[in-house]
Amino acid sequence: MRMPTTITATKDARPLAERVAHVADIAARYAGEVDAAARFPAEAVDAMRTTGLLGASLPTALGGEGLTLAQLGSIAAKLGAACSSTGMVFAMHHSQVLSLSRHLGGSASLAILAGRIASEQLLLASATTELGIGGDVRSSSCFVDLEGDKVRLIKNAPVISYGSEADLVLVTARRNADSAPSDQVLVVCDAANLTLEATGGWDTLGLRGTASMGYKLNALVAADRVIPEAYEAISAETMLPVCHVLWASVWLGMSRALVETSRQYVRSAARRSIGSVPPGATKLVGLIAELERFEALVEGLTARTESLFDDRDAMGGIGYQVSINNLKVTASELVAQVATAALAITGISGYRNDGQYSVARIFRDAQGAALMVHNDRIIANTARLILVQKG
Amino acid sequence: MSAVDTVRRVLDTHGKLKTPAGALTEDDDLYAAGMTSHASVNVMLAVEDAFDIEFPDELLTKTTFCSIRSISSAVEGLLEAAA
Ligand SMILES: Cc1cc2nc3c(=O)[nH]c(=O)nc-3n(C[C@H](O)[C@H](O)[C@H](O)COP(=O)(O)OP(=O)(O)OC[C@H]3O[C@@H](n4cnc5c(N)ncnc54)[C@H](O)[C@@H]3O)c2cc1C
Repeated sequence: MRMPTTITATKDARPLAERVAHVADIAARYAGEVDAAARFPAEAVDAMRTTGLLGASLPTALGGEGLTLAQLGSIAAKLGAACSSTGMVFAMHHSQVLSLSRHLGGSASLAILAGRIASEQLLLASATTELGIGGDVRSSSCFVDLEGDKVRLIKNAPVISYGSEADLVLVTARRNADSAPSDQVLVVCDAANLTLEATGGWDTLGLRGTASMGYKLNALVAADRVIPEAYEAISAETMLPVCHVLWASVWLGMSRALVETSRQYVRSAARRSIGSVPPGATKLVGLIAELERFEALVEGLTARTESLFDDRDAMGGIGYQVSINNLKVTASELVAQVATAALAITGISGYRNDGQYSVARIFRDAQGAALMVHNDRIIANTARLILVQKG
Repeated sequence: MSAVDTVRRVLDTHGKLKTPAGALTEDDDLYAAGMTSHASVNVMLAVEDAFDIEFPDELLTKTTFCSIRSISSAVEGLLEAAA
């Protein structure tokens, strides 16, 4: 388990764009090594800490920078282009931060805790997936059990990204032993009040740096660490929309990197056959058109989410939920398609794990997008929604 | 060979100029000397190949390729930045 954070937020006075570029440089430098060793991108996440990026999504009243969803998405894309795993860590972390900070429900102790994310640059992880339940995030079997003024929570979590590195883990569970599977709450667990017994490793096709190991999680936390608001509302108004927008942004960044590599490859081919247009150029036109559609999709849903963000009814409304579900499904398909097209353009140079035209690492990373909360599940949920949707 | 000499050689091969590049001054307008925009793409690629550089988007303008001097100074700028 990670040692308690010692870095006290040294205020980095540089403009946001410079800080992000600095983190992206570091992420790019270690991306190959992180992937090869399937290890957490510690250098890049440390750089997020020292540049204050881990608290940036919090409102200024809580010590953050009050970044908009569009700003967070733009950062997620830049980091994702440099190192997919680093981008995903950033995206997952901030979806958890907002799930807490937007649902404090007047609790002073949760507000203090949220403030610490900025002042101590805490890293947040998520444990929604549960053994036996799989990716049905709106269903839990584990439950919150009262022990004096504390609550006990034991969860068999097959996948917690960077669980061993996190300072706080947000865990879904049934409200109590008698609650229905969908009557869930979200519990904020400090690393100090929690044991994570490893149950599975993370030797995967891609996104290897997310270090998404399996754990038996056992937490004993103060009762006020249970967010009072129902998880149903947190999920609909924050967790799901922010996850889908920021994940899609990371995948967009990965796609931009793939297109850039393809472009460089085609241009180098053109230099070798001056006077004729190399065959890859025609494919590159189609790829760029696909990237443009992807950009428009992400920009549109980010703006729509931003405009509805504080309107609880609209956020929970079926029309919006259908769109935000479709964003995840479509964006995950697009990044995989872009990866396939980039491989077709770069050929054996792209297929190689080494060399300047390799697209292999991002190609593998791109395959994870459809699986992290399986598209089949999301489509099944959306299908249920449209049955009750009116016009 | 200086950058200017190499640029002249590239222009002779790919520039579709009406006169040899050696007969042009460094400031003569290459488009006026017959270089089409299609030919300028080939000049760009050949210059990249000759110097092992890549022009960034912001340099891919008509003015970068309008004279021997403008091409040479863009090349020198990129070589310096890479050094
Ligand atoms: C890179 C990465 C990081 C992750 N990080 C985390 C994390 O930090 N925290 C966390 O909690 N989880 C995390 N997950 C887990 C993820 O969120 C999913 O919940 C998990 O991958 C689902 O596992 P599954 O595919 O085995 O299960 P399921 O979702 O159960 O899917 C299994 C199969 O069943 C089918 N299926 C199941 N239900 C339906 C349905 N209703 N309709 C149609 N088909 C269905 C699917 O097609 C699929 O083939 C991560 C996953 C990845 C890939």
